[in-house]
Amino acid sequence: MILKGRRVMGGKAKGEALVSADGISFYGGVEPETGNVVEKGHPLEGKSVTGKILVFPTGKGSTVGSYTLYQMKKLGTAPAAIINGEIETIVAVGAIIAEIPCVDKIDIARIKTGDKLSMDADAGTVEVK
Amino acid sequence: MLSGKHGNAVKSSMNILVSLGEIFGAKRLIDVSSVQIAGVSYHNLGDAGLGYLSDLAKDGKVRVLTTLNPAGMDMENWKNLGISPEFADKQIKVIDAFKRMGVITTCTCTPYFVGNIPHFGEHISWSESSAVCYANSVLGLKTNREGGPSALASALTGKTAEFGLHLDENRQAQVVVNVKAKMQTVPDFGALGYSIGKKIGNKIPLIRGVEKASVEQLKSFCASIATYGGTALFYMEGITPGTTKTPEESIEIVQGNIDGAKKDLNDAADDEIDLVAIGCPHLSLKEVAEVAKMLDGKKVKKEMWICVARPIKKIADQMGYSQTIEKSGAKFACDTCMAVAPLKGRFKGLATDSAKGCFYGRGKNAFKTKFATIEELIREATK
Repeated sequence: MILKGRRVMGGKAKGEALVSADGISFYGGVEPETGNVVEKGHPLEGKSVTGKILVFPTGKGSTVGSYTLYQMKKLGTAPAAIINGEIETIVAVGAIIAEIPCVDKIDIARIKTGDKLSMDADAGTVEVK
Repeated sequence: MLSGKHGNAVKSSMNILVSLGEIFGAKRLIDVSSVQIAGVSYHNLGDAGLGYLSDLAKDGKVRVLTTLNPAGMDMENWKNLGISPEFADKQIKVIDAFKRMGVITTCTCTPYFVGNIPHFGEHISWSESSAVCYANSVLGLKTNREGGPSALASALTGKTAEFGLHLDENRQAQVVVNVKAKMQTVPDFGALGYSIGKKIGNKIPLIRGVEKASVEQLKSFCASIATYGGTALFYMEGITPGTTKTPEESIEIVQGNIDGAKKDLNDAADDEIDLVAIGCPHLSLKEVAEVAKMLDGKKVKKEMWICVARPIKKIADQMGYSQTIEKSGAKFACDTCMAVAPLKGRFKGLATDSAKGCFYGRGKNAFKTKFATIEELIREATK
């Protein structure tokens, strides 16, 4: 199955999907040193986003979250790629400055945690295997 | 600029602006004449932000007048305000990175008091939510509410993508707000911003029924409506310069709403207050002069912070206001404020004239709050 969306930050990535039904705040919600989601009560609480293709509806929280994504990339704890239902500026700017492939306008309900994904962000496509 | 011919900082900045433009449907990039950057406190930036800024500072230089939002501490007098040397070291590195890029390192939420003040109708890129609201509404400038990296990208390129509040069709009022309450003090206007913000969210209001408003009252109103509603633009009939179509939807604000807002923001008993802080947004010169007059010959019995932009403090020094204020035991907190300094655990209760200050005191620092006029706060603190 190939899902078609829109390029936010170009690049290619392959990996396992980690899907969240809730939005993610990278500032305060994810620990950059470990890549673990630490927001209390979040569906992904305690899970690591590192190396995953992280799938969630949209970003939330402080604009400082863009810097957190950048720090995670530097520390090697960043997700391999990001897929959003609808992008907002925090995750968009974070993906751009951290150079993490990112697409949005994807029907994320069709992706489940553990699915093997192959993303071509330049074309805006995600292949679910 | 995108090719890298002008260096890495320009290339990555342009990449941010072009990408945001594509995402939000901008047809083109436009010039901006002024930038104000948020994300300055090391408390919020962390090593991530510091690393990013240091990378850009390798070859980035600003192309337009650019100032900063408040930092996490007074850049000169941090010891006196109880900041740790480790924090100070990191905060100084953040400011140095901005300085290398040619940013004017005046750290204030009131750039319009310190010479960063473009003329009516100009396109700008500002970040601080109260200043964005003041710029769009009171000064008639055009800006979206920028995040730290996108504002910095505008500074390093002189451009922004033309979408949102840069376009006149997105600057039309969406709801009429009829104010039927007495508006006299700064907290009255803070309570008005709170009441309207809670009712309309981030819609653009056309506010009627406010007879007059001072710069200081508008400053406080902007901070409050942006904090509690997310509003980036309003019209106040007879007071602000912009024009708008009149929307059909309307709501009323009555005296009960204002009184209720004040009650909501007052949950501390007097003996629970151990920090009195004013200057959110930073005080005007007129307010500093008034505070000096009120504190003349008195002693404050509680920790009291006067938050201002450093250039305003310098004028206060020249006029003798600073000496009068410091003699009373009150402390200046330049370049910073109670909303961005790392204060959690240091105090229990905050008294302030700022509705926005109450929000951050409660949320970030778990303080109880008292909300009153500067005159009432000083009377209480010197009793």
